Amino acid sequence: MLKWFNSPASETQVTHGQRLWLYIFATIIMLLLVAPTLIVIPMSFSDSQYLEFPPESWSLRWYRNYFGSPEWMQATATSLKAAVLTMLVATPAGVVAAYGLHCSGVRFVRAAYLMLITPMMVPVVLVAIGAFYVFVKVKLLYSLTGLVLAHSVLALPLVVIVTGSALKTYDMNQELAARSLGAPRWKAFLTITVPQIRFAIVTAALLAFLTSFDEVVVAMFISGGDNPTLTRNMFNALRDQIDPTIAAISTIMIIVTSLMMILAQVFGRGSSEK
Amino acid sequence: MSDLSLTIPRGNSEGLRRDGALERLKLFGLSSPALLMVLVILVIPVGWLFYVSFIGANGQFSLENYERMMKRKSYYRIFVTTFQVSLLTTGLCILIGYPLAYFMSQLPKRLANLALITVLVPFWTSLLVRTYAWLVLLQKQGLVNQWAMSLGLWDEPIKMVHNMTGTLIGMVHIMLPFLILPVYNAMKAIDHDYLKAASNLGASPRRAFWTVFFPLSLPGLLAGSLMVFVLCLGFFVTPAVLGGGKVIMVSMKIVSNIELFVNWGAASALGVVLLMLTTAILWLASRFVTLGKMTGGGH
Repeated sequence: MLKWFNSPASETQVTHGQRLWLYIFATIIMLLLVAPTLIVIPMSFSDSQYLEFPPESWSLRWYRNYFGSPEWMQATATSLKAAVLTMLVATPAGVVAAYGLHCSGVRFVRAAYLMLITPMMVPVVLVAIGAFYVFVKVKLLYSLTGLVLAHSVLALPLVVIVTGSALKTYDMNQELAARSLGAPRWKAFLTITVPQIRFAIVTAALLAFLTSFDEVVVAMFISGGDNPTLTRNMFNALRDQIDPTIAAISTIMIIVTSLMMILAQVFGRGSSEK
Repeated sequence: MSDLSLTIPRGNSEGLRRDGALERLKLFGLSSPALLMVLVILVIPVGWLFYVSFIGANGQFSLENYERMMKRKSYYRIFVTTFQVSLLTTGLCILIGYPLAYFMSQLPKRLANLALITVLVPFWTSLLVRTYAWLVLLQKQGLVNQWAMSLGLWDEPIKMVHNMTGTLIGMVHIMLPFLILPVYNAMKAIDHDYLKAASNLGASPRRAFWTVFFPLSLPGLLAGSLMVFVLCLGFFVTPAVLGGGKVIMVSMKIVSNIELFVNWGAASALGVVLLMLTTAILWLASRFVTLGKMTGGGH
């Protein structure tokens, strides 16, 4: 142990002992990054009205509360529908746009790229009230279509960035080879390029799903009526009081997100082994 | 009736050039659905907000929405709060995130990946869930108060939520990954031979760090800090929940202007100012670092 303390830790010959403060500090911070979210999980199984840790008695009452409530169930269904549809709209639109901009050498490619990533730069409140205004005019307020469109716009930058950076490392000559052998461009793209940037596309799709599923501010404005999203209802519940049902919902959301990440990893493995 | 000379290309090169130009345009056209969506849902409405911000209560052109912002104390306070929260959050993120990124950059690959997961897990977890977690932990009967009192750190439960403290804790937790990731990427790209050279020439570890490593990591730190600052400026959910109405930031005022007072003029003017600030900072940032790096696009 003492030997390790005095052994050099880097090229500059600083010893592990001299750096002990950094190790302790970093460990505490990493714990603080992960723990707050994870601690909600056991709390959601507590029997008490006041969320306690560790719970004195366990129960599933908050889960029963959640699954037994038509409002929460309806909101969950809306959120899932919106997320899946956003994924299905934003991913193809974004991938195709990234591919087009990557291959086309037109002068205004940079401007178009910049425009596609603006939804990420503009404060989300502005997107929300802007969409609210448009949707009132075209009667899309509180509709699933409107929600999916707005969420797709928010997800587009992520899809374009992720796919774009994958295309940068991809050798376009492979597609050229396929086309010189007679494949039309679209076929070369679908059978040669897409399989090779598969991981990026899956990541992009997942990000699009999560962008919609987690989104609060836009949903606050343009979802409602018969179609409020889960996050909108959660946010409103948080403003009022600390309802332990939210802990149960949070746990479920953490599980959904983790499943998504694992899925991405599985797909990622598959493509890196090739 | 068709002229033969029309079917035979006059100069092959010109035909090819035209074909190439057409092909490039077609490729560019692939981005049109996405562009159209951004145009209709984002650009046009924001343009309209611009317009509305210059319309007074009587429906005529006027600057009253901006004048109100300059004159009223409440608006002044909101801007001060916004900057205060953004600066403090960015500062705390740098103080906490930089050492952590440095620590991660020094680890062997396997451990570094493990450490990276602890940064990425919160990054992927719902913002609302994380905000809720802090609300639960920091409340009066919450875990933090319970543990601190049983350890004897303080005797009475401290109010840590529904105020500035809670807002800052929540915001720093949410923003940290945005700082750590670009800093970590910048540190990973540093060639360690420079450090070897420095110590070979007699620099102490401290000196080698401050004169060689730190300057090389600065672009990443700058990119991360600006990203955090800009995101903070427009933040809504966390201050709205953890601030408990005591920390009012610009975006919250925009929302209440519309939800409570249905005052589009005032909301738009605030929105325009917020957008201008954001754009100015991003433009400034783009002069130092490429935007791709800020958004985590370029690896």
